[in-house]
Amino acid sequence: MPNTSILFALDALTGALFLLTAIGVVATRQVLASLQLFILQSLLLTLSAVLLGIAQGSIHLFAVAAITIATKTLLIPWLLRHTVSAEVYRTREIERVLNIPSSLLIAAILIVLAYVVADPLLTVVGLPFDQVNLPLGIAAMFLGAFTIAVRREAVPQLLGLLAVENGVFFAGVAIVPNLPVIAELAAAVDVPVVALVVGMLTRRIHARLGTTAVGRLASLREQ
Amino acid sequence: MIALIVYNIIQVAVVVAFAPLVEGVTSRLKEILQSKRGPSIFQPYRDIWKLLHKDEIVSEQSSWIFRATPYIVFAAPIFVALLIPVLTRYPLFFAFMADMLGVGFVFALAGFFACLAAADTANPYGPMGASRTRMVGFLAEPVFIMVFLTISFVAGSTIPYIVQTRWVTPIANFFEPSHILLLMAFLMLILAEDGRIPVDSPSGQFELAMIDRSKSLEYSGRGAALMKWAGAMKFFVLIIVFLNVLVTPWGLADSMDLGSVLLAIPLVLLKVFCFLLLLVYIESSLAKLRLFRITEFIGAAFVISVVAVITRLSEM
Repeated sequence: MPNTSILFALDALTGALFLLTAIGVVATRQVLASLQLFILQSLLLTLSAVLLGIAQGSIHLFAVAAITIATKTLLIPWLLRHTVSAEVYRTREIERVLNIPSSLLIAAILIVLAYVVADPLLTVVGLPFDQVNLPLGIAAMFLGAFTIAVRREAVPQLLGLLAVENGVFFAGVAIVPNLPVIAELAAAVDVPVVALVVGMLTRRIHARLGTTAVGRLASLREQ
Repeated sequence: MIALIVYNIIQVAVVVAFAPLVEGVTSRLKEILQSKRGPSIFQPYRDIWKLLHKDEIVSEQSSWIFRATPYIVFAAPIFVALLIPVLTRYPLFFAFMADMLGVGFVFALAGFFACLAAADTANPYGPMGASRTRMVGFLAEPVFIMVFLTISFVAGSTIPYIVQTRWVTPIANFFEPSHILLLMAFLMLILAEDGRIPVDSPSGQFELAMIDRSKSLEYSGRGAALMKWAGAMKFFVLIIVFLNVLVTPWGLADSMDLGSVLLAIPLVLLKVFCFLLLLVYIESSLAKLRLFRITEFIGAAFVISVVAVITRLSEM
């Protein structure tokens, strides 16, 4: 059994940075920056999975880490960079529903809410790493959902969805140390396909309308 | 007893003597990073020396505030240097006078007088800079309070000598999420408070875009030298608080003999140099924010410090 207290501290640090990247995905203006933050978040998820894998001696968590590296830091960014035209990444100002200070404040409230929600769950599960991973994972889920709500552009909304997914896994690796690899594999195939589809759709929308502000498409009517 | 007083005076002397050097090194590193040669690292000393030998011109319309301000602004970092751990791990003679909140108050007093003096001259740029500084100041204030709250909450104290040992005993405490988040929030605060990029450009010469620097535009001769020196000292003291109290409380003198206290001087300067490398990297890779974007920058710092409190609460 390796030294658990250092692993626990490192996992807590990873969790804090993970949450910070989730806040960053809510708050950044530039599409490219939020994509890079997403990559960083996935790396932190990998790191947490590795740490938990070492601490609990679980080979499944290393598989989770490997799959996360392969899909979320390499495949999905590559897909998104190649399907969506470069013009989208050059836009420096993402259209958004709320301004940044108010969305940051709402993000802070959501984080508190995540801790409130996670508190009764913690008494049920009772593994040591849950105290870090479960509330932070739920917080990242909330922040990802909030990103989808607050953004109007297609690619940042997709990144919000992927951040929700990251949050689920961040909580999941702590609750279920022996996560069936089939579940993770399914997600690993599923998520790139979602990214690919949204990327292609965005490309079409951009080609037709010259914008990817899909939040405005609600006002279109059929003739 | 005598030794504690002497060390305290050495500590102040270090702050006064090396502050311009820190500023010189910062600007030199920045120029090197931008593929230029840059001025000598001793240039701030020469500037101060030159200004001290020049005539001082004071506007007839200005009041005593304008004349007194350089001395108040110059005294504030010296006073703070009496309180904080610059070289030693144990509290020195004058350290009982105030905690970290006291440090904040002393700097606030200096900032208050600097703003009054800027408004006093009726130079159009002075009051503009003063009001902008106040804007950044009142945005940064709640973040400062949150950061101090978190520090006192985690470490159980606001006295820097107690706080600094909390982070490294045991070493696992260093990796606490609340600690790391606190560091980020405090770093952003230092950038905002000292008028660094992305909040303000310290080397900018364009008066309309100035925030911090336009307050001392009216000063000449000795007043200008004192303001410049005081600015360098404030920067140095903020870095020292950040490094010695919050990030790396290593390399400080443990024992009471003179040798270890003197040995701490190069070690502390080395730490400051490493921090300057990071700072120069931040400053060179970011652009200055538009004025109304500063709220977003400081808002982010606020949320980070709130998250630090929350993660700390959840560990209890």
